Amino acid sequence: MSVHADRAPGAPEIRVETPFQRFRSEFFESRIATFALGLLALIIVLALLAPWITPQNPYDLAQVDVLDGKLPPGSVAYTGYTMWLGSDGAGRDLYSAILYGLRISISVGVASGVIAMAIGSTIGLIAAYAGGRVETVVMRLVDLQLSFPAALIALMLVAVLGRGIDKIIIALVAAQWAYYARTVRGSALVESAKEYVEAARCLGLGHARIVFRHILPNCLSPLIVVGTVQTAHAIALEATLSFLGVGLRQTEPSLGVLIANGFEYMMSGRYWISFFPGIALLLTIVSINLVGDQLRDVLNPRLKK
Amino acid sequence: MSVLEVAGLRTHFFTRAGVVKAVDGVDFTLERGQVMGLVGESGSGKTVTGFSILGLVDPPGRIVGGSIRYRGEELVGAPDERLRELRGNRIAMIFQDPMMTLNPVLRIDTQMVEAIQAHESISKKAAWERARDGLGQVGIPSPEERLRAYPHQLSGGMRQRVTIAIAFLNNPELIIADEPTTALDVTIQAQIIYEAQKVCRERGAAMIWITHDLAVVAGLADRICVMYAGRIVEAGPTDDVIDRPLHPYTVGLLGSVPSANKRGQRLNQIPGMTPNMLALPKGCAFRERCSRASDACLVNPDITEPAAGRAIRCFHPHGIEVPA
Amino acid sequence: MSVPLIEVRGVTKNFVKRLDLAGKIARRLGADVDEEVVHAVDTVDLAIQPGEVVGLAGESGCGKSTLGRMMAGILPPTDGRILFEGIATSEMSGAQRHAATLAVQMIFQDPFVSLNPRMRVEQIIGEAPLVHGLVDRGGLSDYVDEIMQNVRLDPSLKRRYPHQFSGGQRQRIGIARALAVRPRFLVCDEAIASLDVSIQAQVLNLFMDLREQFDLTYLFISHDLSVIEHIADRVVIMYLGRIVESAPTEQLFSAPRHPYTQALLADVPRLDQRKHAFAPVKGEIPSPLDPPPGCHFHPRCPHAMPICRMQQPVLREIAPSTFSACHLDGNSGT
Repeated sequence: MSVHADRAPGAPEIRVETPFQRFRSEFFESRIATFALGLLALIIVLALLAPWITPQNPYDLAQVDVLDGKLPPGSVAYTGYTMWLGSDGAGRDLYSAILYGLRISISVGVASGVIAMAIGSTIGLIAAYAGGRVETVVMRLVDLQLSFPAALIALMLVAVLGRGIDKIIIALVAAQWAYYARTVRGSALVESAKEYVEAARCLGLGHARIVFRHILPNCLSPLIVVGTVQTAHAIALEATLSFLGVGLRQTEPSLGVLIANGFEYMMSGRYWISFFPGIALLLTIVSINLVGDQLRDVLNPRLKK
Repeated sequence: MSVLEVAGLRTHFFTRAGVVKAVDGVDFTLERGQVMGLVGESGSGKTVTGFSILGLVDPPGRIVGGSIRYRGEELVGAPDERLRELRGNRIAMIFQDPMMTLNPVLRIDTQMVEAIQAHESISKKAAWERARDGLGQVGIPSPEERLRAYPHQLSGGMRQRVTIAIAFLNNPELIIADEPTTALDVTIQAQIIYEAQKVCRERGAAMIWITHDLAVVAGLADRICVMYAGRIVEAGPTDDVIDRPLHPYTVGLLGSVPSANKRGQRLNQIPGMTPNMLALPKGCAFRERCSRASDACLVNPDITEPAAGRAIRCFHPHGIEVPA
Repeated sequence: MSVPLIEVRGVTKNFVKRLDLAGKIARRLGADVDEEVVHAVDTVDLAIQPGEVVGLAGESGCGKSTLGRMMAGILPPTDGRILFEGIATSEMSGAQRHAATLAVQMIFQDPFVSLNPRMRVEQIIGEAPLVHGLVDRGGLSDYVDEIMQNVRLDPSLKRRYPHQFSGGQRQRIGIARALAVRPRFLVCDEAIASLDVSIQAQVLNLFMDLREQFDLTYLFISHDLSVIEHIADRVVIMYLGRIVESAPTEQLFSAPRHPYTQALLADVPRLDQRKHAFAPVKGEIPSPLDPPPGCHFHPRCPHAMPICRMQQPVLREIAPSTFSACHLDGNSGT
């Protein structure tokens, strides 16, 4: 009899892929999601490389000339480069403005998402693990927050805090943390009831270690999905605030500001000033959502064999 | 004519990771009123065999070969409508989880009446009465009250009894029971086996009882078929298989049960693990765990019949006794 | 009689589903709403001597898992005391309690859920001993290897994740995790029930070998009486939260005293019982939410007497080392 009673000699292994490899192959099974991921990657790369691939820096007032304003797509600017997407009322080349605007929109969305995730997850984890009064109080706060539309919360905070990129991020974090808290709390409740957590307690491991080293890594799946969708939501929310005029300032326009600026021209035939930033916003949000959808399907344990 | 004749059944699953030959060579015959125990561990293919008979194998799986004859009629490749006519009517199935049969949002009487009226045009009242009698026959007290209940209001044992009652509603000739008592307590299991036995005897129905528990089939079955890695490796009358097992796997299985070993001593264990169905070893699937294996076993043995009613798939079976 | 390694005295566990705010208001207004209380374990006394293997058997709702978890320190009792080596846990100093926590470990039923799917095997086994200082970082790898060999797992597999192992192997990992903190007492809660029959034999043999090798004491919880008969020195039968019988193994299986034990043993399918006409005990197992008054078993008992409905029988020693709680033994409590 062999020493290692469970290994039949020469028997093949149970699995040959790592969990990540399997996740990757399952993700790319969907053509739409693969396309969306590619599109998103392209958008991010373009946004990152903006200073090097645009003919104009729209924030540099020296480069912007109002005489270039409101020119249709394809026109040639005063300084000689072609404005493929036209220009806005202030004379900014829309192609450049969109790419720079994407930088701001995406970074605000991602930054607020990450911070909200960190804060919301910790709160949700503590609520689930502690249980009892703590959990009740925390979750009622979460419910209270979630009963307000996120836009309303953000508006109220911005009214109090004022304008500017840091204040917008704070407002977005405040509007979003509750989603993360609720998601993580649900997931953590399920995990806390599992036997490996009981085993950890039996082994005398401390509470903090159990929560952050045992429970949290197993809550990542729904967290990633919510994170993706919420980031898209945050970007849209920032655009909404900017569109309403309470978001970012005119001098550093995000996509929302650009759309707002062009709104007055919509009826007079100069559609491109709002239209192209709108398309850019749409593509960004839709691709994030499509990726998030596929992530949800792939990471859902119930759909697994 | 036999109630069921299965010959050379092969059901394969075509997954992304490869082909799983869940059932790869199953032959048996079942006569009227007989109870057959289909015994095996996880991965042996016993559940898939049951599903194949009823035509319940979903993609990526399908029956790739062999024949299943119910009273002479070929079921493999039969049109869906014909299989639907037979299911729940002439051939019934009892699942391990009663909630696979019962709809949690419908009352018991609704479900039972529906099961009757799907196969027979009788009045709702008559169907209701048949349902009530059916519940009474499986030992459920106050059946009228139980009929008005929802599944979640019943205990696990009670629910399983209801599914047995549903299985017998239309007087089937063949029942396939897939591990119906595995999840139940010992005393409830005994009750369920008792009821199933009784109804089978009274109606003369044939039954296939799929399980991993040899002790249950010892008390219940007329014949035993032992499955390993998708193939039947041994078959025969119950007493014969349990008292004089031939296949090394059966011998190992019977020998590893605590009651077969001296109290407090190490159990006789079968070394190794059940093979990975995606990468079965060449030849006999039990070869790598078998103390009697030789080079001859690199070829998959065929079924041989050392005595009437006895079947074995092995080149090196244990001593054969020919009954007098 | 030496000091028992672990003992529970008068231990009770109630699971209460408290009324929420709406329910409390309804009750205030006179509605017939009440808290739901599950009497999972009802005043149980049990002492386990060092080196003993005690088999704990019973059906659903009997409380065996709950009792096991209380002994393992995972679940606090509602009432009663737990003593480790004669000292009550409530009276222990911090250091004593720490030692007691590590000395009592649990092996769980479900090999899929009892291991953290995101941790590698070497982390699962090595985390606790490292955290508690049983081994230092330098010696950790060898320590994990040694433990894996003790449970007959190939140490070269320690970088893998649980899902890459079979059920039997995962149970071994769970056993290794428990052994890594050098326990004295293991609570095995249906530890082999989820495994295939042929693997059960392997793991059961492992339990017996480890007992010899490490001088372990076991509480072996199982619904499978043939397994308990094989491995246990003494058997305790529970029904709806109470101990109904306790006796040395051979004694219990050859001459069970309590009607429930008799029914249980009669209902267990055995290989040597062919074409058995099952004659099972009647009735359903009552819900622990609403147990029958007096003796819990009286509605299903073929020997029930009027007193059984009114008074709970006391667990009494009716023969050397044999305890039964039944009015048939002239047991009217004192």
